Order: sequence, then C-alpha cells, then structure tokens
Amino acid sequence: MPLIPVSFRSMMTAFPMNTSTAIAFLLASGALLAQHEYPAADIENGGRQYTNNCVYCHGPEGDQIAGINLLQGKFKRAVSDDDIVQIIRNGVPGTGMPAQNMNESNARTIVAYLRTATLGPASTLTGGNAARGKTLFEGKGACTTCHRVQGTGSRMAPDLSDIGMQRRAIELEKSLVDPASGVLPQHRFVQVTPKNGPAVTGRLLNQDTFTLQLIDSQEKLRTFVIADLRDYSVLKNSRMPSYKDKLSRQELADVVSYLVSLKGLNK
Amino acid sequence: MKKLALLVVSITALSAQVTFDRILNAGKEPQNWLTYSGGMSSQRHSTLTQITPDNVKNLELQWIFQSRSLERYEATPLVVDGVMYTVQNPDDVLALDAATGRIYWTYSYATSPDARPCCGRLSRGLAILGDTLFIGTIDAHVVALDAKSGKPLWNAQVGDPEKGYAITHAPLIVKDKVIVGMAGGEYGIRGYILALDTKTGKEAWRFYTIPGPGEPGHESWKGDSWQHGGASVWVTGSYDPESNLTFWGIGNPGPDWNGDNRAGDNLYACSVVALDADTGKLKWYYQFSPHDEFDYDATQIPVLADIEWQGRPRKVMMWANRNGLFYVLDRTSGQFLSGKPFVKVNWMNGFDERGRPMKVPAAASSKEGTLIYPGNQGGTNWYSPSFSPHTGLFYIPTWDNYSSLYVKQDQDFVEGRTFGGGGPRPTGPATKTGVLNFRGDDDIYGAIRAVDPKTGEKKWEFKMADVTEAGILTTASDVLFSGGHEGYFFALDARNGKLLWKAPLGGEVRSGPMTFMVNGRQYVAVDAGNSLFVWALRQ
Repeated sequence: MPLIPVSFRSMMTAFPMNTSTAIAFLLASGALLAQHEYPAADIENGGRQYTNNCVYCHGPEGDQIAGINLLQGKFKRAVSDDDIVQIIRNGVPGTGMPAQNMNESNARTIVAYLRTATLGPASTLTGGNAARGKTLFEGKGACTTCHRVQGTGSRMAPDLSDIGMQRRAIELEKSLVDPASGVLPQHRFVQVTPKNGPAVTGRLLNQDTFTLQLIDSQEKLRTFVIADLRDYSVLKNSRMPSYKDKLSRQELADVVSYLVSLKGLNK
Repeated sequence: MKKLALLVVSITALSAQVTFDRILNAGKEPQNWLTYSGGMSSQRHSTLTQITPDNVKNLELQWIFQSRSLERYEATPLVVDGVMYTVQNPDDVLALDAATGRIYWTYSYATSPDARPCCGRLSRGLAILGDTLFIGTIDAHVVALDAKSGKPLWNAQVGDPEKGYAITHAPLIVKDKVIVGMAGGEYGIRGYILALDTKTGKEAWRFYTIPGPGEPGHESWKGDSWQHGGASVWVTGSYDPESNLTFWGIGNPGPDWNGDNRAGDNLYACSVVALDADTGKLKWYYQFSPHDEFDYDATQIPVLADIEWQGRPRKVMMWANRNGLFYVLDRTSGQFLSGKPFVKVNWMNGFDERGRPMKVPAAASSKEGTLIYPGNQGGTNWYSPSFSPHTGLFYIPTWDNYSSLYVKQDQDFVEGRTFGGGGPRPTGPATKTGVLNFRGDDDIYGAIRAVDPKTGEKKWEFKMADVTEAGILTTASDVLFSGGHEGYFFALDARNGKLLWKAPLGGEVRSGPMTFMVNGRQYVAVDAGNSLFVWALRQ
C-alpha cells in the first residue's frame, strides 16, 4: 500500500473508496491545478518537509501570510511547479521569504504536497469558539486525562501545546471524530512484556535493534532491552475515544478552534 | 474510575519530581546528579563507592553520544532516576536513557543570529526543578522545558544579544527561582545576575555586578566606566541554605587589559558576591583581584564545606582563583581566612590585615608589555575543582609556570563590539593543542594539584605535558576523575595522585566529569571533543 498523507486518509474516510481509486480520482479531478501526477511518497514526505520548514511562517493551512494561500493554490509570484521550487530554494529577496537550504528533489516534494492538498476538503466545522473549546478540552472532553497543553494534563498522549502549528483544522477534526485514522507514526503506542514482570503500555519514543524507549502511563521515561522482553508489539488502534457522539458539532467546532489556536512558543 | 486513575498517575508523577528539598539533599541520592556541580555545595564529590582505586582499571565504555555540534563540549549532564539530561551546543536539550544513551527526546533551540558570545557558542548545562528543565541560551534567553517531553513551557529574554549579552552557564535553582548571570564581559556589558520565577519566567530580582550611581561601590569606577565595565558571570554559583545566601563569582572588569579609564577597585569585578537568595540583596563580597588588568575573572565554582579551621568547626568557602591563589573565606561573613599561591605568582606579594592583596607596583598592563605570572588563562579558570570530605583535600585543575606579556592599547567603547583595550601576548610555546615537541622542561605545564585547605600546602600533583580545561570529580572511595587537552580521561588515587586508569578519547576534555547509578551499576561520564562518553565496570 502506498504511503498516504494524513490529510488524504481523512479525505478518504469522508469519501469511502479504496486507496488507489482515491488517488486516481483526486489527481484526475485536480487536473486544473496539478500539472502532473505526484507519487504518494512525495506527497507524504512533502507534508513532513512543509511542517518542518514552512509552517512557522505560513501556518499549517498555508494562509498565514497576507495574499498567499499555499494550500489553495494562491501564490504571489509562482505559477508553475518550477517557479515554486525556485522560490523555496532561493527565497524572495527583499521579503521575509528566506532561501531554504534544500535540494531540488526535497523542494519538489513540498510542491507535491501543496498541489495535492489543494484538492482536499476544508474543515466542515465552522464558527468555533476557542475559549469555549478550552473549557470543553479541560472539562467535558476530559482531554487532559491523556494530553497536555502548556504544562497542564497528562503526558501519556502527545503534548498539544503547539498542535495548531502542526496540524490543519481538517486533520484535527478528523482526529476527534475518527482517532484511529489520524495517528501519526511518531505517536504510536506499544505494549512490551518483560520476561520478568507485567506488561507495560506506553507511547513509543525511540527504538533500535536492541532497545526501545517509551513514556508509560505513569509518565515515566523508560528503556527496555529487547532481549529481556517476552514480547512487544505496536498497538494498531488509537487509544483515544471518538468524540463523534460525545460532543455536538458546535462543541467539536469549538475544540478544533481551540486546538488551532495552540501555537506553542516562538522558540 | 478514570478520575481515580488520573489521581494515581498524578501522585506517582509528583513523587518522582525533583523537589527543591531533593536538590538540597542531593547527597542522600548519589545515584542521581541533580545540579551542575552535583549539589548546592558544589563539591563535585559523590558518595558512590562501587568504582574503587582497585577496580577502576576494569572500566569499560558503555556508550557515546556524538553531538551534532563541532563546538567544544563543556557541559555536565544531569541524571534523574535513570534519565540523563544534557545539552547539544549551542542550546539544544536532550533526554537520554542514562544506561544506554538512547534518546527519549530532543529540543532544538532556534538561536538568534544576533548571538555573539566571546568564547564559544555553547552551554555548560541545565538545571531542573519539579518536572521542568531550565537552560540559559547564548542569545540571552532562559527557556523552561517539560522534562518528560522537551516541550517549551516559557521563554524569557533577559538580555540583549546584539550588545553582547549571553548565558553560557548552567542555571541554579534556589527554592522557586531560577538564577542566571550574564556573560559578555568582552563586549563592555554591565553584568547582572537575575532570578526568575520558575513557574512563569517573570523576573523576581536583579543584582547588577557593577553598582549604579548612589550605590556603595559605585565610587570604585572612574567616570562613566561603570556603564561598560563588564563584570560578567559565566559559571554557576552555589547556595547555602543555612544563611540563605547564594554565591557567585564575577568576571573581570572591562576593558580587560587597560584599566586607565576605570581607575579604582572596579567592584564587584573579580569578586565573589553573597546575595540573599530571596531578594538578590548583597550581603557581603570579597574582591580577589582589585583593579584587574590581567583578565583574572573570578568565574570559578564557589565550593562550600564545613571543615575544622584552626581547631574549631568553620563554615567556609574554598576558592582556587584564576589569579593563582587558593583562598579560604568564612562563607557566612565573607571574612578572609587565608590566601596562598598554588602556582607561580608575581603580581602580588602578600595580603594586608583585611585580606586585600598587596599588588606589586610594577604589576600593571603597559604599552611595551608587562610579564605577569600567571598568564591570561590563569593558574586555573572556570574548570570545576573538587573537594573530597573523605580526604579533606581540595583538587585544582592547574596551569603552572605560565605567564603572559600584558600589552595595553587605547580603545573607545562601541556598543556590541569587543572592548579589550589591548591583549596578552604568549611568552612561551602554544598552550592550546598541537604538537608539544618544542616545549622545554621548564615551560608551562598542566597538573591536577591536591591542596590541604587548612594550610594551603600542596599535598601532591599529577603533572601533564599539556594544560587542562577539565573539571575534577572525586568519590568517597577516593577515586579522582579528570582529563586534559591531551585528550586523556583518567582516574587518580585521590589520596596520593597515583595514576590508576586512563582512556585516550581523541578530543580535548573540557568539561567536569560526573557519576551516577542506574539499576545498581555506577557510571562515570565526561564530555571530550564534541562527544559524551560514559563508562561502567565490566560485568
């Protein structure tokens, strides 16, 4: 199965079809914007490159700079894919856009991500109120049972202090409604069973041939030597409950609005 | 049920937190290393005894962390309950499994392009309180991080990097405050020490290391020289809970090598200051080198101990200074108890009855150059010494037979530019790296020197061909760890200086070693080159 970016997985759930059909459908219908087909791996990698290199100024939705909406195909100067690659690599002198120390093939993956993200749906949850969302996040939603924001809540699940810089509203919406569909690889849980001792479940932080590192349910950073384990496995399902029926659409919109507002610190 | 589970999680997490009480009593949990110097007394001494003079030869390398910075690695890691926290220059922070070196998380700091530290784009380490880590950055920020995730909690700018302000030392925690001082003496800053609220990053107090108009000591600066007089801070201080005093060593006055326009003693440059930890108010000070023109920063670790002094117990502070003298002060009052050269010294020839050094009249920087011992890097410098309560000896990373020719030049202050007023000239073979085949028997050399603080007398020394910028760690089993520019990390018998073990690391050791224990196994760690090396006894 080809790698599909989270935003596409979200879309595919919204428009059920098999993966290859989905890609074909999306690329065909995006012909007006996309100049050619982009390999799924490029789109996936481009999403990561975009998050690592571009969101600080452009934001996850690509609309943080006035007059530009990267994910909706609205550029000031670029027209072609080559134009975008050139701007990524060389910057725009006299503006805030710096040259990125990036080779052409990596820059092209960002183009692949931007061109195809254009085709995806936007969040259907509008009119959210971030303040109400915070109250829901910490209260009715009990999100802090597992998540942490600016020093409050559990560290068991990912810290969301800067989630608004990492994920798009549509992705956050999808994670709330169908958590299993949006688990990023770096946020998987594992269960390890030592030869001498009870099983431990935790979020996987690191692993190599001989050891693995996780944060357990007591928020302890722990290392296990694989040779000392009877068994270990990555859990397939998300441990997060779906909020589809737990929160109203307005409440979901409020929570998404709150999450989008979480930008972390500047540094 | 969920609430109950959450409660259980919270209690467990709380009990694992590094409370200030734990930091105060760091000696009770020698498996951990909770502050830069291993405890509030800054003795860099551990009560772990698994590694002994007899078995130290069986040390075996366990893991290496190769940092992604080519900058020299001067940090000492912290270890808390099996997790090591350290820096990657200049200001990244990492959490690693202390037994395997595998990384739990990395925090990458985006350093301002305005940062201009004089002497290395580096950090010497971290502080921890509760579940929060603290780092001071070379662009003069203090950042608080969640120790479990590496996520930043607050980020406070506390100085202007464009003017040369920087932080390079590990912060110090006292109660609910994190204390840092400003580097930047070479840029004509006006130094200060400040305390921030650990929860919010809000400034609680600030102590200027150069008194302003109307404050005592201001008269020790001529004209407006106080505004650009340096007096920086770049090594971590200590804390005495009994007197609630925090002690900090202050750097040299600026311009470094020309004192003509700053006539006077230039307080509190080249001094130790004792500050009330709650308010930052000055309780006492002692100036080691009045009106310094030889770059004799007093940026050494204030080592605190209760020792027998002339037949009765005394609360002292021991200090091997860059100016070549070893001091014992009463840490409650600041009273001078003794001062004695531990290397060749020619700038002074004794003390007056109040403990003020009597400067040799000719000991002044000059246009044609003045030969002064010790030279510009000092008899020792920022490298951590160690005091072993077990042997009663104070151990100094030493440069001996070392001089510089001090040449002064006229220089006007320009904001953000170096403000030296001349500089030192070497008088012998190079003191840094390289091949040493041109160095004669009487030339400069490095040593680990053991001094009896009660007499100031040398008990033994371990001599090295090259000099050292390595700190010293001692243990209650009388093992001493250190290293030097030659790239060896070695163990000596702390009682007599006998070499017990050595490991060639291929990179200069410029950091203070530390030790810790995980799952009943003692480890010893040191930075060399740009990597961190960790050993334990072969199993």
